[in-house]
Amino acid sequence: MSVGTAQVLERCRAEGRAALIGYLPVGFPDLETSIAAMVTLVENGCDIVEVGLPYSDPVIDGPANQRAVAQALAGGTRVADVFDATRAVRAAGAPPMVMTYWNLVLRRGIDRFADELRDAGGAGLITPDLIPDEAADWMSASERTGLDRVFLVAPSSTPERLARVTEACRGFVYAAAVMGVTGVRSSVGAAAEDLVSRTRAVTDLPVCVGLGVSTGAQAAQVGAFADGVIVGSALVSTFFDVTPREGLDKLGALTRELAAGVAEGRAR
Amino acid sequence: MTTGRFGMFGGRYVPEPLVPALEQLDEVRQKAAVDPEFLAELERLHRTYTGRPSIITEVPRFAAHAGGGRVVLKREDLNHTGSHKINNVLAQALLTKRMGKRRIIAETGAGQHGVATATAAALMGLDCTIYMGKVDTERQALNVARMKILGAEVVAVEHGSQTLKDAINEALRDWVTNVDDTHYAIGTVTGPYPFPEMVRDFHKIIGIEAREQILDLTGRLPDAVIACVGGGSNAMGIFHRFIEDADVRLIGVEAGGEGIESGRHAARFAVAQPGVLHGAMSYLMQDEDGQTLESHSVSAGLDYPSVGPEHSYLRDVGRAEYRHATDEQTMEAFRLLCRTEGIIPALESAHALAGAIEVGRELGPDALLLINLSGRGDKDMHTAASWFGLIEETS
Ligand SMILES: Cc1ncc(COP(=O)(O)O)c(C=O)c1O
Repeated sequence: MSVGTAQVLERCRAEGRAALIGYLPVGFPDLETSIAAMVTLVENGCDIVEVGLPYSDPVIDGPANQRAVAQALAGGTRVADVFDATRAVRAAGAPPMVMTYWNLVLRRGIDRFADELRDAGGAGLITPDLIPDEAADWMSASERTGLDRVFLVAPSSTPERLARVTEACRGFVYAAAVMGVTGVRSSVGAAAEDLVSRTRAVTDLPVCVGLGVSTGAQAAQVGAFADGVIVGSALVSTFFDVTPREGLDKLGALTRELAAGVAEGRAR
Repeated sequence: MTTGRFGMFGGRYVPEPLVPALEQLDEVRQKAAVDPEFLAELERLHRTYTGRPSIITEVPRFAAHAGGGRVVLKREDLNHTGSHKINNVLAQALLTKRMGKRRIIAETGAGQHGVATATAAALMGLDCTIYMGKVDTERQALNVARMKILGAEVVAVEHGSQTLKDAINEALRDWVTNVDDTHYAIGTVTGPYPFPEMVRDFHKIIGIEAREQILDLTGRLPDAVIACVGGGSNAMGIFHRFIEDADVRLIGVEAGGEGIESGRHAARFAVAQPGVLHGAMSYLMQDEDGQTLESHSVSAGLDYPSVGPEHSYLRDVGRAEYRHATDEQTMEAFRLLCRTEGIIPALESAHALAGAIEVGRELGPDALLLINLSGRGDKDMHTAASWFGLIEETS
């Protein structure tokens, strides 16, 4: 099988830096541009791509992602489009992780989705509204296919939950480091670092942090204590109110800035 | 069956950040359920604030149009704030205080759950925010005014279909952000465990009272218990006590909207497959990909693409049956009750009346029907008046 997220995170660690993980939804601003955008991420220093699957009721997403996803759905984006995107990301040289609300997987059939994803070069799934307690079928499908499964931990997670969730993860752990929906935030709070160290206390898996990072400086700050820096809304926003061409240029520039941020490395 | 499931339905499909709050809620409500102090306080509120027990009313002039048997209404419309919703809300507001939280939020469709929540918040000194789809704020404007007068903040949600489903999305976003000091009082028997079970338990008093009352009145159990089903709380409330009475048919009436063929309806059981929305596995109106479909109904309270998981279970095991009433049948039933009995029902409840007219005609003059009249129709005067052409449109 092609390289998984674990190897990429391992390599970044060896380089003395955090990985840069970029999220973009399939079909925004249109299917073709969205796939070009994911390739742009990889070409400009993104280590892992989170391929978002647009969903009608994105309850843990803030205004930027809601807007992008609504546009993608209005433009006719279908679930099967995600596999074109994962193929393109894989061909560009990065592992694609699909981020999806659970009903889309359920509806397609968990085993069928897993098979198709593996065949399309996918590395695994990030499941924001599936907790390990409800994931028995996905646990066995991911065992069978070798796909990564990434569940979330949060500042509200108790030590028992941290242990339960991280035990179920494979690849890495997603630390949603502020309570609330996705969206750009102006500062990196102390809660994020605390969550990372509480998570590290119960697992050896890499811990990647999402908290609304939008600048190279913030990426450097988070990269100093996390194994991966997850950026979403800021990348999505580069396509608002501009042409696809301009959006791709802005996206390339922002990705380079973020990659330079994580490359500043960390004191070890 | 894993905890929190009704057969395959229910569960807890939520973002991880909410799990501790759901665990806390489950623990606190289980303790409260056996705590004499909590039970006494709730009982006192039921009696001295809500006006329980709600009465039953036999409606012979209406029954004459429904097969000529006997029809009895359980009068949840006479509760303080005008619907069954207050039963659940007072209990959840008490739990909010027990959890040490100072703020309560809710979604609302018809506005009845919002009004009830705003009322409980005023009574108990809690901050209150209500999420309501923009379309619903327009068709239930009276209730928006009531919530504001009671001191609640009302947020008109402009995403998606701008109805109940989108109000729940927005309430969940608020909750995941403010869960430390905020309780989300879900207004029906949907959502992640423990909500479906807990909300049912807070409404089962409806069926407990009604069973005794109808036995007193008629000396026998009804042939059918009939209720409208949005998320399904008033229906679960009246059904629950009758589940063991195998000879009593339990009949839920969904919103048939403009008819099943039109695609504009909320008759989940007529068309839907199991799926996950808002934390629970249940029957769900969805497209081939699993994207939620928009529902439609003349009544905002039934305009929801999924349904409480226990109803899905009761249907699959054959204990309850579900049918639907179109907007048109509903408005006719609404007018009929007004004209024959002098009772103005909520449009939601009028679906149960429309279903009862059919069931009564099927069963004939020996039948005894018990209908949950879940709410009163003041809020629907604008919709009704324009449906029947009773107001001159002035600008
Ligand atoms: C009077 C009335 N009846 C019924 C409903 C539908 O909810 P449920 O199915 O949970 O009883 C509502 C919801 O707003 C309502 O206001």
